[in-house]
Amino acid sequence: MKTVQNYNEVDMKRKVFQILVENTSGVLSRISGLFSRRGYSIESITCGDTADKAVSRVTIVASGDDEILDQIEKQLAKLVDVVDIRELKPDESVYRELALIKVKAETSERVGLITLANTFRANVIDVSNHGVIVEITGNSGKINAFIDLISGYEILEIARTGIAGLRRGTDGVVSPKIR
Amino acid sequence: MMNGADIMVKCLQAEGVKHIFGYPGVAIAPFYDKVYESDIEAVLVRTEQSAAHAASGYTRGYNTELPGVCAVTSGPGATNLITGIATAYADSIPLICITGQVNSELLGSDVFQEADITGACESFVKYSYLVRSVEDIPRIFKEAFHVAITGRKGPVLIDVPIDIQQASVKSFKYPETVEMRTYKPTVKGNGAQLKKVIKELEKAKRPIICAGGGVLLSKGKYELLSFAEKNNIPVVTTMMGISVVPTDHPLCFGMVGNNGKVYANKAMNEADLIMMVGARVADRAISQPDLITRNKVMVHIDVDPAEIGKNAGPTIPLVGDVRHIFDELLTYDFESDYSAWIKELNDNKVALARKRNPNPEFVDPAGFISMLSHKMAKDAIYIADVGQNQIWSCDNVCIREGKFMTTGGMGTMGYSIPAAIGAKCRRPERQVVAVCGDGAFQMSMCELATARQHNIPIKVVVLTNGFLGMVREYQHFNYNDRYSVVRLDGNPDLEKLASAYDIPFVRVRNDAEASDAIDEFLREDSSYIMEAVIDPMDIVR
Repeated sequence: MKTVQNYNEVDMKRKVFQILVENTSGVLSRISGLFSRRGYSIESITCGDTADKAVSRVTIVASGDDEILDQIEKQLAKLVDVVDIRELKPDESVYRELALIKVKAETSERVGLITLANTFRANVIDVSNHGVIVEITGNSGKINAFIDLISGYEILEIARTGIAGLRRGTDGVVSPKIR
Repeated sequence: MMNGADIMVKCLQAEGVKHIFGYPGVAIAPFYDKVYESDIEAVLVRTEQSAAHAASGYTRGYNTELPGVCAVTSGPGATNLITGIATAYADSIPLICITGQVNSELLGSDVFQEADITGACESFVKYSYLVRSVEDIPRIFKEAFHVAITGRKGPVLIDVPIDIQQASVKSFKYPETVEMRTYKPTVKGNGAQLKKVIKELEKAKRPIICAGGGVLLSKGKYELLSFAEKNNIPVVTTMMGISVVPTDHPLCFGMVGNNGKVYANKAMNEADLIMMVGARVADRAISQPDLITRNKVMVHIDVDPAEIGKNAGPTIPLVGDVRHIFDELLTYDFESDYSAWIKELNDNKVALARKRNPNPEFVDPAGFISMLSHKMAKDAIYIADVGQNQIWSCDNVCIREGKFMTTGGMGTMGYSIPAAIGAKCRRPERQVVAVCGDGAFQMSMCELATARQHNIPIKVVVLTNGFLGMVREYQHFNYNDRYSVVRLDGNPDLEKLASAYDIPFVRVRNDAEASDAIDEFLREDSSYIMEAVIDPMDIVR
């Protein structure tokens, strides 16, 4: 059996899984426990409510080769709490991630920073004596690019949410009850 | 006025539970108080791990539709149960494990005998519940039994805080149906895939069926055997699949794997089509998964989609219940002639039979197990423990209409005696024989008291060699005979021990004594301990 330790780096891929789960106690630990004990790697995980109070939507970005990603999908599907799992394929889906970036910026530096933020449609949401907090939303690539761009400034803290995503069109909806 | 404990007992009764195995304590006391006045017989084991093993034997003793139930207290009671739960999980044996828990309001505050058992068991259970409200008990029990025995079976844990057991309830209604939108295992095989299997079988010249424990769990052994007989297809088994076909059946070619028959492994390697059925292609059965898919068609039939492709990529995956699938497969007629292949396998069976040089000063375990199992009732239940005794059992046991049980996935020493107690509880009309080594025996010998107290007659065979034989053998081959921490020099005198428990005893010192001793051992349906003294330096390979 392949584990994360012995797969070939070259075959490494990423997949985004959208998982609808029953809101039971311990459901997140069941999911994260599965990744840790089988040695799967998880890049990001987000969890939030759906229109149905009994169901949460979990979005996981996982990486591995084809076999591992196939096992991740099957093992997740096997969990009793999982209502539905599907891959959010890049060309059929939209992904968004939000990041809050705290940057050290004295008054004189702020204009430049704000100009850069504007080009990325990022917003300054807090200003203090020596710094600002910038909020940026987009796909992970855009956020990475923005962080690169402002690396000339001193970045104090970054908080990223991990990605949330939905399939385009209307056929990704599992059940009329769960939105 | 009823309380939560009343409801728990009523749920078990609604499921048809007649026996539970367990060990009480404060946190489960309300439940046991209600068991006291019910028609359920509670079997008091001597350590909690045995409760899970006994429940496992109970499940496997019949048709696995009614899972064995064990009930223990919180904290150490619950943690002692874990090895038994993990053992059942590894072999997909359905169990219902009930644990008492401290008061809900105190959960998380590390009070006396609190253990986060649902958290601790997370990776060993099919599912678990921590009951938060007394109203949830009927639904949870209904779901738990359903989840345990459907799909890929397995243990389900229900953790019930003491205040929930004590909470008052006005009425009890057991749900008739299960409503779980998340859990819907596949039962029927995909029709198009079934047709593909038949097409490949028509083309094949050297097909073989490799049957695993999943066949027994789905109650599909008769369907599988009918299919094999109808189309003249040879069968090999994994360790968990022993007894799917009678070991003396002309189409049975033994157990595969690193401890299996040489000719069974050769058959797998030389086949052009393998039907892997209810088996997970685990490392001990198939050490090189890529070999069984290279240059051959592999059909993988399993109820758990995650097992298909986990260790070997099949040509034709077929998800569903084994019995349903073979029922379907039996409806197809196709032309085939595998007689040349079967002749070849039979030649190999003779040419590659294991040759042993037993030491005449001792009992030869291989011959002894063969003789014992031939003398046992046709429908007897044979339970092998773990170690050399297990491998000799797998290699030499004769199973006709009976059952063979062992712990294949986890290899838990001490399984056989409590499992025998559970199996005998379930099948009082059957002969139940546990075979263990002197190491495993001492892990569970406390359960002799359980058998005695509850009048459950079990037959126990102890193969004594004064060593942890399997480890000694490993040290022989891999560590230059440096026998580190494997001597059992403190062994008790089993004759005295048997007499202390008031159980008849016979010791066999060499092959000449075996036949009469076995006859005596099996004659009556009462507990009996037979010690066979084997060569300490004997090896299974």
